[in-house]
Amino acid sequence: MRRRLRPGRVALIAIAVTYVCALVAVPAAALLHGAFAEGLTRFAAVFTRPDVHSALALTALMVLVAVLVNTILGTATAWVLTRDRFRGRALLNGLVDVPFAISPVIVGLVLLELFGRKGLLTPFASALGVQIAFAWPGMALATTFVTLPFVVREVAPVLEEIGTDQESAAYTLGASPLVTFFRVTLPSIRWGLAYGISLTAARAIGEFGAVLIISGGVAGRTETATSFVYRALEDRDDLGAHAVAVALVTASVILLGAMEVLKRRRLGADRSTGADGAEV
Amino acid sequence: MVALPVAVVARSGLSGGIDAFVRALWHPVARAALLLTLESAAVMALVNAFMGTLTAYVLVRYRFPGRRLLNLLIDLPFAIPTLVAGLMLVVLLGPGAPLGRSLESAGLRVVYAPASIVLCLLFVTLPFVVRAVEPVLRELDPAEEEAARTLGASDITAFRRVVLPALTPAILSGALLSFSRALGEFGSIVVVAGNIPRRTLTAAVFVFGEVESGNPQAASAMALVLITISFAVLVLVDAFSRKRVHA
Repeated sequence: MRRRLRPGRVALIAIAVTYVCALVAVPAAALLHGAFAEGLTRFAAVFTRPDVHSALALTALMVLVAVLVNTILGTATAWVLTRDRFRGRALLNGLVDVPFAISPVIVGLVLLELFGRKGLLTPFASALGVQIAFAWPGMALATTFVTLPFVVREVAPVLEEIGTDQESAAYTLGASPLVTFFRVTLPSIRWGLAYGISLTAARAIGEFGAVLIISGGVAGRTETATSFVYRALEDRDDLGAHAVAVALVTASVILLGAMEVLKRRRLGADRSTGADGAEV
Repeated sequence: MVALPVAVVARSGLSGGIDAFVRALWHPVARAALLLTLESAAVMALVNAFMGTLTAYVLVRYRFPGRRLLNLLIDLPFAIPTLVAGLMLVVLLGPGAPLGRSLESAGLRVVYAPASIVLCLLFVTLPFVVRAVEPVLRELDPAEEEAARTLGASDITAFRRVVLPALTPAILSGALLSFSRALGEFGSIVVVAGNIPRRTLTAAVFVFGEVESGNPQAASAMALVLITISFAVLVLVDAFSRKRVHA
């Protein structure tokens, strides 16, 4: 694709690069500058504070729960959607995307209506002795809900593409369904699954609206990293807000890097098995 | 687990009857919030349609140093927490920042003004149009465009008459998806916009405020409206993508 260097072409490239940099790179650089403006020691000192510790630990717990639940249930849902034909399948398929279309704030509101002080399901929850609203189970529920579509949407197309031939062959040779899943299906979907998990984790780290509403955001108890940043801003604790925000961005960038690697791996895997539809 | 939200919000929003439902939405603050949200999302979708198509075109058709980095930067808003995105804009353009101060002395107020809402939305939806247009553009044979040029068409005519018609469904569905996503945006806006009722308070922040002040009925009424608009837009997108498959 060798072409003469046209002035129009250079201008278009310049516009695109300037637009994306002004929107993403410059604000990110400003945040980094803000966090380190008072020196590395002050930056590091933020991470020794107990409220920062507990906020980061709680975010880690949320990510863990969301990833675990959505890996298992998401793969199962993708399986059902691609392997079974049943009435209501199209409906289920549409419902999976609902969390993308609903604002996190609304998710928080719904959970509060269900499990809050006068919630519809609160009697059941208290009969079981679990506190959901204003405690970690409600926050985990919110995080899991908003990240629900990722694994399904990444795994379903892969399942569709690999078909059932190899699975049927394994059954014919006497493998149990469980053995077939772990020895045949799982290895084929692993890159798609890993990609879905990375997306889930990235989104779970950044979840804010739903978790803030259902948790009440009590410092040191139900405050996640994003809620901490919000409170720190309200309290004019700029250094604390900037430092934790930098930690969150770092985690996101690492996950994004992992996803980039996974994308390549997946394309490589597609090419070696000769599957078409690979974008190069 | 997923059909439940709509039922719950409808039940709570209509708990005081249709009357209370309408009254909650007709309140000047609620009306202004909804209008502001729709306007900001519409402006964002227009800018996004234009800039997203341009960026996708540059990414697919041109090779230049830094192209891969540009490609990575476009996905970054998907990974960065939206609250942090808002914080970044405050740090860059807020009253305490050099750039924010010089803009302000030039009479341009961004943070705590409606413009900041559009900026937030552009940030969080940056990948939508680019990633929708990119695959379609890649499938498109550059030879067609080349042929138009050989036949004497200018670059702009060749793009408008040959490339653009093929991209239109993808541009539309990308822009509509970003619009639907923008209606519910909360994290970035809540720190940047200042949330002044009737001026910079968006619908999602309104829902949050009503929940916090113990008025779940008004919050649910607004939530129901937002969900309805979002779903209508998604149905539209679905119709577009079906048409694309048939074409």
